[in-house]
Amino acid sequence: MEQKKLALIATKGTLDWAYPPFILASTAAALGYEVQIFFTFYGLQLLKKDLSHLKVSPLGNPGMPMKMPFGPKWFKGINWNIPNAVQALVPGYESLATVLMKQTIRNNGVASIPELRELCIEAEVKLIGCQMTVDLFGFDHADFIDGIEYGGAATFFEFAGESDICLYI
Amino acid sequence: MDFDKELDARGLNCPLPILRTKKSLNELTSGQVLKVRATDPGSVKDMQAFAKQTGNELVSSTENGGEYVFMLRKG
Repeated sequence: MEQKKLALIATKGTLDWAYPPFILASTAAALGYEVQIFFTFYGLQLLKKDLSHLKVSPLGNPGMPMKMPFGPKWFKGINWNIPNAVQALVPGYESLATVLMKQTIRNNGVASIPELRELCIEAEVKLIGCQMTVDLFGFDHADFIDGIEYGGAATFFEFAGESDICLYI
Repeated sequence: MDFDKELDARGLNCPLPILRTKKSLNELTSGQVLKVRATDPGSVKDMQAFAKQTGNELVSSTENGGEYVFMLRKG
């Protein structure tokens, strides 16, 4: 049987949206797929050497439950429905939400993003950075991990055109 | 049932049980059996799907008090 191919485009640069591309890529690789991820625009943040800057923002995100990752069960069950106007005014609100989210991630046995990315690299998932975005955002190749390739839309299509599954995330 | 290797994936969530299973199977030879222990309820369906797509046989899948045990024979 010919090896199946998965092509992903990762466009988001937040802690929460870092999960789908790395989860799908690592799992597909485990299932025997050949996988490529094309990182463009904010998605390039996921290729930075240091990933500790990734944050999650509850601001303007009505789908995100705000629950505490500690305390008794009744306390953990409370959804802290804080108005956008308040979130926007409180300094460090995003950082606090990120700290709480990372704790929730650990509590649930969910892998960290650096861990998942490492698993992808181990499984030979090919990571491609969008060169146009690197230039546009004033990044430097030295900002990113080693072993990635840089290219543009045509590079993406070379693999995506032959893929069995192609997703934009 | 006898097994050749055991993987403790308890406390891990998607996709880690599958990724660790794949890694453990790499260390076995065809016909050998891997026992996987997990607590992720999603792993029941995932382990079936993994076995089906990778040509490994899911010999058994059992649940006991919130713990799942899978026996996989390497294809």
